[in-house]
Amino acid sequence: MADPELYPADAYHEHASLAVTERPLARAGLMFVAFAFLAIFLLLPLVVVFEQAFSRGIGAFLEAINEHDTIAAIKLTLLVAVISVPLNLVFGVAAAWAIAKFEFKGKAFLTTLIDLPFSVSPVISGLVYVLLFGASSLLGPWLKMHGIVILFAVPGIVLATVFVTFPFVARELIPLMQEQGTGDEEAALSLGANGWQTFWHVTLPNIKWGLLYGVLLCNARAMGEFGAVSVVSGHIRGMTNTMPLHVEILYNEYNAVGAFAVASVLAGLALVTLVLKTLLELRYGAEIAATRGH
Amino acid sequence: MTTAPAKAGWRFRQPSVIPGFGLTLGFSLAYLTLIILIPLSGLVWRSASLGWTDFWAIATDRRTVKALEISFGTAFIAAAVNVVFGTIVAWVLVRYRFPGRRVIDAMVDLPFALPTAVAGIALTTLYSPKGWMGSLLAPLGIKVAYTPLGIVIALIFIGLPFVVRTVQPIIEEIDKEVEEAAATLGANRFQTIFRVLFPGLAPAVITGFALAFARGVGEYGSVIFIAGNLPYISEIAPLLIVIRLEEYDYAAATAIATIMLALSFLMLLIINLIQSRTRKRYG
Amino acid sequence: MEVRVSNVRKEFDRFPALRDVSLDIKSGELIALLGPSGSGKTTLLRLIAGLERPTRGTIFFGDEDASNRTIQERNVGFVFQHYALFRHMTVADNIGFGLKVRPSAKRPTRAEIRRRASELLDLVQLSGLEKRYPAQLSGGQRQRVALARAMAIEPRVLLLDEPFGALDAQVRRELRRWLREIHDATGHTTIFVTHDQEEALELADRVVVMSQGRIEQIGTADEVYDTPNSPFVYGFIGESSSLPVKVEDGQVWIADRPIGLAAPELTDGEATLYFRPHDIELLDECNGCIAGTVAASRRVAGTRRVELEIGGGRERVEIELPVGHPAAQKSRVAFRPKRWKVFPKVVE
Repeated sequence: MADPELYPADAYHEHASLAVTERPLARAGLMFVAFAFLAIFLLLPLVVVFEQAFSRGIGAFLEAINEHDTIAAIKLTLLVAVISVPLNLVFGVAAAWAIAKFEFKGKAFLTTLIDLPFSVSPVISGLVYVLLFGASSLLGPWLKMHGIVILFAVPGIVLATVFVTFPFVARELIPLMQEQGTGDEEAALSLGANGWQTFWHVTLPNIKWGLLYGVLLCNARAMGEFGAVSVVSGHIRGMTNTMPLHVEILYNEYNAVGAFAVASVLAGLALVTLVLKTLLELRYGAEIAATRGH
Repeated sequence: MTTAPAKAGWRFRQPSVIPGFGLTLGFSLAYLTLIILIPLSGLVWRSASLGWTDFWAIATDRRTVKALEISFGTAFIAAAVNVVFGTIVAWVLVRYRFPGRRVIDAMVDLPFALPTAVAGIALTTLYSPKGWMGSLLAPLGIKVAYTPLGIVIALIFIGLPFVVRTVQPIIEEIDKEVEEAAATLGANRFQTIFRVLFPGLAPAVITGFALAFARGVGEYGSVIFIAGNLPYISEIAPLLIVIRLEEYDYAAATAIATIMLALSFLMLLIINLIQSRTRKRYG
Repeated sequence: MEVRVSNVRKEFDRFPALRDVSLDIKSGELIALLGPSGSGKTTLLRLIAGLERPTRGTIFFGDEDASNRTIQERNVGFVFQHYALFRHMTVADNIGFGLKVRPSAKRPTRAEIRRRASELLDLVQLSGLEKRYPAQLSGGQRQRVALARAMAIEPRVLLLDEPFGALDAQVRRELRRWLREIHDATGHTTIFVTHDQEEALELADRVVVMSQGRIEQIGTADEVYDTPNSPFVYGFIGESSSLPVKVEDGQVWIADRPIGLAAPELTDGEATLYFRPHDIELLDECNGCIAGTVAASRRVAGTRRVELEIGGGRERVEIELPVGHPAAQKSRVAFRPKRWKVFPKVVE
């Protein structure tokens, strides 16, 4: 039997008291509305992706995936993620360290600036790099003279991806590290650890799940980004096409099976992300800052 | 060794024994400047160098105005729809216990995780006249794909998690005592919900609306497939930027982007003001 | 309004939070439900309010069976532990809420509601704060608004759940006195829950002492303090010392000696002696007394608390001595309780 001192309080929360529930009919109605809405707006699109991808059988699906340009797109997408995620990871940790562990003037402003890319249209995120490195920009002629190609090539795609995924790790870690305070670090320093040792042995273990969570979201966006990448990529098949861009090209060529085959790979990736994300939230909810919402 | 007496007055940073401030802040600022600030200020600088007359001509061009109207209008409608249904979804997820609740809860984040282009082609297939939804709606005379209604559908998909995830924690925090208090004072369930609970949720709902709206205004990938992209009818502002870029009309692209940014910031500013006012009052 | 709780049992997930509780409350009484956490006092209050439904038993308001009335119909004023004020409403709107949600036939006019609200604000001494929001009030002020809001619906019973629990000591004492005044002025039947015995004893007409889902004792402050009817009440209310004793031939014995206390009504056997540490007489000679050596001594305000080892150190008991008493470490002290009670040992 449970501890009689504690049990009634627990029981009280389990049993919604009479005053705080809807009538069964109202409950059923609300649940129906919610489920119907989610089914139509979330579930159906997801189902359609897989249904279309396999509409001509698994053979057609595999053929579409195995196509040369598709494989090139998958490789490019992975490459872009492999470069941009670590960059934003390092930035996220550094920014969170500076913001969460210290008090300085302009901190709130800096935090706002980090969130800036979230409020900018992806197309504009791409546009700013076109304006910066394009032929008509100040840098353009100089870049051309030195044979440096950024736009309509991999560097441009990476830059645009870094821009749109910029805040993910930082905004996950900042509230988490702020909540954890500086006590552990001060203790480690007082015991003779140097700065790096303190970070590796004390701070990093404390934030690892939050960090992983941020990386997961950052990676999902990096692999799926469309608008920003579309503007800077130049859409050269097999060269500067990421998977989402390849989906567009195939779709516009009326190659539905091909488009949805590639799309289903991305959707599978999204599902894996959701599962991992949910597992992290369930198991390490307390160690992940509660910043669901982006 | 002496510690300097605490000086009153301006100080950039509070003293701390923790190392690494210079390194981490320096790196963060440099990275932020390179990746975000320089490119964004490049946009503003470009736009400023346009000159007032040119800028005004582009801004008042009928196609630009229409595209902006469509972007902001559809984003507004979609965010409003999400406010209603997102709040219901959040309520059901927090208050009711049913099998599969965790799965459904996790699924709400699908629009965050699913690449926008994938959502775009899926929605288009779904709502095209031959699609599952489209064929149901066609006999009713409702056309979704290749119309502004299609844009709204795509933006509902994109914006839903913003509303649910902002409102959900606030519903979780509702003090049951408050509901019980309303009941002891004689309020029926309907009165409790609409007079007591919803006003308390208002700030979160406004925030969710703002986030969904801001995202919707800038959304590109999920919209362009389903929109049909007819100038003056279903052409969104981000697409017009892309079109101008492809025409090498950098001036127009820059101007439209600047207007979009300015309008978005203005809206967010207004919503922030409303929020800080309600927060001040209700604590 | 009289309130009668008749053989009420309440289970949560089959765990009994209240076991067969009966209680009669007279109209206009101020009653305290006192007990440690988990004793069922809040559950009893919520049952009376209608926030919970009893598993068994009936609750009467006057002659009317209220058990099947919904909470809205019961017309009780409930003041919640954390006040549960509506944050987005002004003080006046909070107080007027119960009147505004009435069906239109019974709803007073807006002017009337406003008048009632400011009347009640006068009563709770917060005149002029109509336009404030709860966030702009102190804890004590919020408490008063919560009370005014509960009284606005002209409740048949006023129920308060730990009404002073969230306030600091100074405000607590003030509000306590003030609540008594309000009660005397308005005459509402009032029931409040508390775990603070001082609060219960000072404020209530009668105190209901509860433990583990049962009522241990019902009585005035004097009754529950001077003649506790169970070991629990002895231990819970006021300070008490206890010693294992034996009852033989109507006498109380410690080890092999009678200690000069007669207990003719008790049957022979193992028992426990309870007394208040300050309610003792010191004896010079011991023929029929409790004697022990001083094991520890500490100064508590105006008196000295001494721990005595009785019977070679197997038992320890605490008594109060005057500060000037010469008792030192290891010295021997003999005493006899003036007021005491012996409870037979409960057979487990």
